[in-house]
Amino acid sequence: MSGNDGRMLDRRMAIRLSAAAALVAGLFRTGTAWSETPAPDAPFATEIAPGVYAHKGHVALYNPGNEGDISNASFVVGRDSVAVIDTGGSARVGAHLHQAIRSVTQLPIRYVINTHMHPDHVFGNAAFEADQPAFVAHHKMARGLSARAERYIAVNKEAIGEEAFAGTKIVLPTLPVQETMKLDLGDREIVLEPQKTAHTDNDLIVRDSRTGTAFLGDLLFSEHVPTLDGSIVGWAAVLDTLSATPAQRVVPGHGPPSMAWPDAAKPIRHYIQILTDEIRVLLKDDRTLTDAVAVVGRSEKDAWQLFDDYHARNVSAAFAELEWE
Amino acid sequence: MIHVERRSVKVVAALAMAFAVAAGGWISANAADADEDIWPALQKDLFGDRAVVEDPAAVVLEAPYRAEDAALVPLVVRIPAAVASSVKKLSLVIDKNPAPLVADFTFGPAAGKGERTLETRVRVDMYSNVRAIVETEDGTLHMATKFVKAAGGCSAPALKDTDAALADAGKMQIKLLADGGGQREAQLKIRHPQYSGLQLNQATGYYIPAKFLRVIDVQRGGDRVFRMEGGISLSENPNIRFTYAGGSDETLKVVAEDTDGRTFTGTAAPKGS
Repeated sequence: MSGNDGRMLDRRMAIRLSAAAALVAGLFRTGTAWSETPAPDAPFATEIAPGVYAHKGHVALYNPGNEGDISNASFVVGRDSVAVIDTGGSARVGAHLHQAIRSVTQLPIRYVINTHMHPDHVFGNAAFEADQPAFVAHHKMARGLSARAERYIAVNKEAIGEEAFAGTKIVLPTLPVQETMKLDLGDREIVLEPQKTAHTDNDLIVRDSRTGTAFLGDLLFSEHVPTLDGSIVGWAAVLDTLSATPAQRVVPGHGPPSMAWPDAAKPIRHYIQILTDEIRVLLKDDRTLTDAVAVVGRSEKDAWQLFDDYHARNVSAAFAELEWE
Repeated sequence: MIHVERRSVKVVAALAMAFAVAAGGWISANAADADEDIWPALQKDLFGDRAVVEDPAAVVLEAPYRAEDAALVPLVVRIPAAVASSVKKLSLVIDKNPAPLVADFTFGPAAGKGERTLETRVRVDMYSNVRAIVETEDGTLHMATKFVKAAGGCSAPALKDTDAALADAGKMQIKLLADGGGQREAQLKIRHPQYSGLQLNQATGYYIPAKFLRVIDVQRGGDRVFRMEGGISLSENPNIRFTYAGGSDETLKVVAEDTDGRTFTGTAAPKGS
């Protein structure tokens, strides 16, 4: 770099960083949030199995109408305590989840588990700090979230507005999971299984042994087009392994609160394969990233919501990975 | 309700149109100061008092109007054959990036006399003009400009898998692409995280120090194709596709050096040679 660059970097860095928050005007691109809003008297979370409750977030981007309630969040009630799995995309959504728990049980909330680092799954953590739980996540989650924290906050505060975002902050894991481990809620075992890089480099699967319920986080998308922030090859491998592992039901990160396994994996596995296959063909012909973004995976357009928001980005990320094979 | 929101977006758009993608924390945003023209000052910083003239006959720049991934924005520069043999240097500039000068490419004799193309990927930090400026042997500067809507490319980690990125740094692939008998074409890929110095580690409160490829030197049969001197705006895992002239020795040799002083080398030769 020339001296000029260094000088500009200093002069402009402060502007750049503070500007990040001010630059994003908001999210008005989909109407999905409104069309899918449940009836006002519907319970926040549904009991999908004995003692297992799941909330379906809107299939939408962060916008003022949904206050960041755009991902699924769940909790499991044991004899002695409660474990929460993902907390929604703002402290306000986390507070709704907290209320839902308190409408069911007064047992202490001992564990707040995040399935991965994305803001729509972790920003509700703040609503549980007063309970002093262990915040549990994949051992690489803290690093991933830390590196992105400033941007996640700036972007999403801007997207839903100051008021809805109030109280939201980064709450990093206090209990990092290196390898498969178990939590005990009192006569109820929760199994934590950290994964290799797939949707992100910090995906954690949570299982409730008593009911055979698996909380897959964003390893499983339904309705909402998948978003790739890890490895497309790794994701396919994790899904294949998972599909061979029985579960009574699964909770995806986005989509219905309870789904049948392994059938639920079929659409996303198909999407991943289409992208992988089509990109590999282009790479064989020495085609470029620009070519790939224009043509790959278009046949999947009608199969997913939010396709136009995420698909091209997925192709770009997958291409940058697969070109190194 | 939706209708109202859609109307409001038009109002907002007049000031700053934007969208954010939550699950990945990805955003594209218009700069509030998008209308601020910083090019005159930048031009003076980079080229002094020399004139820089828009000249589509000398250089063409292809860039996506809306980039899908701000950390991975493909740019293609085409220099027509009539001009190519007299082009000494190509500069890529992104006006509003923290380090606006992406890279200088200084060409050598092996760059060839036919149409010259160079394609790479850059980070775009906010809605900005992107420029390709070529300097010809007579010392004049010719420019092509494109406006690109993308934001966050410099401060958001593009790294999908941090451990893999660090473990593989310096790994190089050079691929000789099919040629039509005229200019040859090759693609160079180098694994490098290209840390921008603008990525904050919330846990420590410190910025991750900048670490990037400073120089990439490409030679064919001992003659220079180009020497790139670059900065933080070149995307992670730099990827450069370029044309060059054939010769008696078709071996391509690449030497790259990063800001830690580590050097990486690679060679490629046509099959059967």
